[in-house]
Amino acid sequence: MAKARLVGHRTSKVMAQAMERRTADVRGRVFQMSLLTTLLISLFILGVLIVDVAIDAWGVLTGRPGGFLSGTMRSLSDDPKLGVHQALVGTFWIAVFVAVLAFPVGIGAAIWLEEYAPKNRFTRFIELNIRNLAGVPSVVYGLLGLFLFVEGLGGITGGKSIASAGITLAILVLPIVVITAQEAIRAVPQELKEGAYGVGATKWTMIRSQVLPYAAPGVLTGTLLSMSRGIGEAAPLLLVGAVSGRLGTNPGFFDLSAINAEAFMAMPVIIVEWVQSSGRDPGFAEAAAAAIVVLLVFVILMNAAAILMRNHFEKKRG
Amino acid sequence: MSDTRVDPVGEFSVESLKANPRQARKERLIRDSLGATALVSVLISALIIWSLFSEAWTFIIEVDWGSVWDIGWFPRRGIYDIKTLIVASLIVTGIAMIVAGPLGLGAAIFLSEYARPGLRRTLKPILEILAGIPSVVLGFFALEWIAPNVVKSIFAGPAAGSLLAAGIGVGVLTIPLVASISEDAMKAVPMALREASSGLGARKITTTVRVVLPASVSGLTAAFIVAISRALGETMVVFMAGGAAQTATYTHSALDGSLTMTAGMASLARGTDAVVGEGLTFQSLFFVGLVLFVMTFGLNLVADRFVHRVREQY
Repeated sequence: MAKARLVGHRTSKVMAQAMERRTADVRGRVFQMSLLTTLLISLFILGVLIVDVAIDAWGVLTGRPGGFLSGTMRSLSDDPKLGVHQALVGTFWIAVFVAVLAFPVGIGAAIWLEEYAPKNRFTRFIELNIRNLAGVPSVVYGLLGLFLFVEGLGGITGGKSIASAGITLAILVLPIVVITAQEAIRAVPQELKEGAYGVGATKWTMIRSQVLPYAAPGVLTGTLLSMSRGIGEAAPLLLVGAVSGRLGTNPGFFDLSAINAEAFMAMPVIIVEWVQSSGRDPGFAEAAAAAIVVLLVFVILMNAAAILMRNHFEKKRG
Repeated sequence: MSDTRVDPVGEFSVESLKANPRQARKERLIRDSLGATALVSVLISALIIWSLFSEAWTFIIEVDWGSVWDIGWFPRRGIYDIKTLIVASLIVTGIAMIVAGPLGLGAAIFLSEYARPGLRRTLKPILEILAGIPSVVLGFFALEWIAPNVVKSIFAGPAAGSLLAAGIGVGVLTIPLVASISEDAMKAVPMALREASSGLGARKITTTVRVVLPASVSGLTAAFIVAISRALGETMVVFMAGGAAQTATYTHSALDGSLTMTAGMASLARGTDAVVGEGLTFQSLFFVGLVLFVMTFGLNLVADRFVHRVREQY
């Protein structure tokens, strides 16, 4: 009895001391500061990257912005007609291929997986398969494009053409479209679906009138992210064969014959091309930086739109 | 029995509950075409495996195996030393993880455990912007900024490309990946565990290090495995900043230039038409691709297992 009281007395003393103590939690503070530092280092790198690219690109972009956008590939960096027009055309068509092929197929697959698929081994296999495809290195998709579209179906695609490149990149982003669309569709509340069934809707009517409108912002976010991934990807294009050196022609944006012509350029590849040329002609490093700014404008705008839209709808729906 | 009952609606029977056949046909058609789009992914996987194996098989049968374990990667001279490429890939991946591991994990812990909601809403999108930056941009940055300012001044390496410059570049690229998967894993730890820990008098740091991190260890492991797989498969940064073009002699020094598996493939294909028809050059491309595919596929499967363990736990 006396012992118990002693323990109780000591406990309350320790508690009182602990509560009155004013010493700072030094270890905790240091820990928190070092965590914040790691985050700030990442942001600092992003800042340095953007400043470094902007400084290199400054001369070209302020000197002759119009000429740079309408110019073509040249063998000398001080050529006044040097520019990214061919690459813009190539990237535009790649984006069209991605939108036409990957978006409908990807969203369709996501609807099937979330709304129709039976819960069995085969469905699980398809889902595992899609997750694995998302992790396949992009250069391997380039091998697929080289084997299938350049060599195998060269008669239709025109070999090392924008069509081969576009289909390859559409395949590359497909898993991202499916996974993001699936997440958006999964978030649709069950009550909405039951309400639609309750008033006699068929499955497809329910999906069209309830699931798709509700999931639309999430699906759109996913398509924007996959599009920005698609237009920034270079490795598969090197394998599918974007040309090195000068490109003979300069097709317009809507020149359909350019799609399966045996030569094309794209924004990420022109950057690689010019970075490599900067070894013999240092002026190309500035041209490459200017091309990066052009590419980053598109990519960051798409990403920022996607992130803002997602945050907006997340907040609205709580 | 039913015919004696009065039906207020009129001719109401089981038949009326069935959809009309035309509509039912339309429903079936929609279901089947959506199912077909889901099968496209299986078709793609099959095509990838088919394309890799069919060409790599020719290489495996016809190649002189002495040339696959030699002094370096000189595909156009018939020397396909895969060890050069694999060692370079491992060096780049190792350096990338040294950079991305602490930075990504630290950012994730801060965002998940310490940042107030307002700060988190500002910082997270910036990290996501970093995630969206194309790898060619990081390649340029690694070559033009990291090489002269970090590799040369801190490690006394070359100001031009090297495996170290490429590795740091790949590391920067994988920071957001590590951060976002780790943060998801920590967010999945139930609040009750944190509250119990605080209730026992633990400080924030103790709660974080002794409770949240151990509870999310499967997810953190998955984050690292996915990042390793991504770093192994990253092509452009190494191709641009790896300090070697077309060929590479065997090296295990990070300050040298060399070719990783991915960069080896890209620079081999860069020679456009010359890829086709010269001995086994074309096939060697697919052999390297197969080795890379098997490695990343294995890592991804393991990571998938770990992610599932997180979901089952909570």
